[in-house]
Amino acid sequence: MTVDEFFDLGETIELGSHTFDADEIKRFAAKYDPQRFHLDEEAAGRSIFGGLCASGWHSAATWMKFNAVYLLQKKQMVWPGPGPKPAAGPSPGLRELKWLLPVYAGDTISYTRKTVSIRDHQRRPGWKIMSVYARGYNMRGSDVIEFHSGEFIDVAGG
Amino acid sequence: MKSETVQPGKKLAFEDFEVGDTRSLGSKTVTADEIIEFAEEFDPQPMHLDEEAGSASLLGGLAASGWHVCSIAMRMICDGYIVNSTSQGAPGVEYVKWRRPVLAGDTLSGSTKIISKRRSNSRPNLGFVVVEHTLTNQRGETVTEMRNTGMFLLREPEAEA
Repeated sequence: MTVDEFFDLGETIELGSHTFDADEIKRFAAKYDPQRFHLDEEAAGRSIFGGLCASGWHSAATWMKFNAVYLLQKKQMVWPGPGPKPAAGPSPGLRELKWLLPVYAGDTISYTRKTVSIRDHQRRPGWKIMSVYARGYNMRGSDVIEFHSGEFIDVAGG
Repeated sequence: MKSETVQPGKKLAFEDFEVGDTRSLGSKTVTADEIIEFAEEFDPQPMHLDEEAGSASLLGGLAASGWHVCSIAMRMICDGYIVNSTSQGAPGVEYVKWRRPVLAGDTLSGSTKIISKRRSNSRPNLGFVVVEHTLTNQRGETVTEMRNTGMFLLREPEAEA
């Protein structure tokens, strides 16, 4: 098996879906993003969003909730070789994060990931860097969030 | 560095952002408990849940999820100026760079630099402000950089741009 195959290069993986209820939207917002349209139905109704909606970081972090499960599953998978089993490590960052539509209370968002490329890390021998396209869409099939994320992969068994 | 340019009771509007200015976002110490609590809900990987696993990883200790760091940055930005502004949200983020790990006990300081601004072509009462946020740790090392565009209402949409 190759590292590309192990991380499903080019394949869109359906990671799972999550329904955002009003209470959890407010709980996240009270901690991390206390803007009125994430905290209060009435104030949200008067805002440009027209209703209570999740913090963009809440809908983004929820992608990670499912992506972490994907990565943990990879950790438990059997690696037939050749060489050491590749292990996903930390992320250097992300780019082009777009909040395309609000995520309203009651919306169910389905998340996907697609490994777009896997290249050798320029400065770190034994590591590769994987580029991942992340997406979330609502129950009407409209995209609500997308971004490109990086993930380091240890291919030297370090 | 500016921490307050608005008069009390007056919201920070598009006009108040000056290109080149830097605003302080204050500081925040990140505890092990909150790192674990966030990770349990959003990023349950061993290096975010367990000191030993964190130390054995590239991160070198119990480290906050990058998504947690972004969320902490958002809170600092809210408290720094967004909550007392005419903000209409943000369409997205150009980039986030997680340059160094945020470990339990680290104290983060934030700042926001105003990069550019322009008025909306389609909505005369709205403007776009491009900002760059930087979080540094107690050793002055940059841990996270983030660039995004925010949308703000104008105080006086009829005035000449």
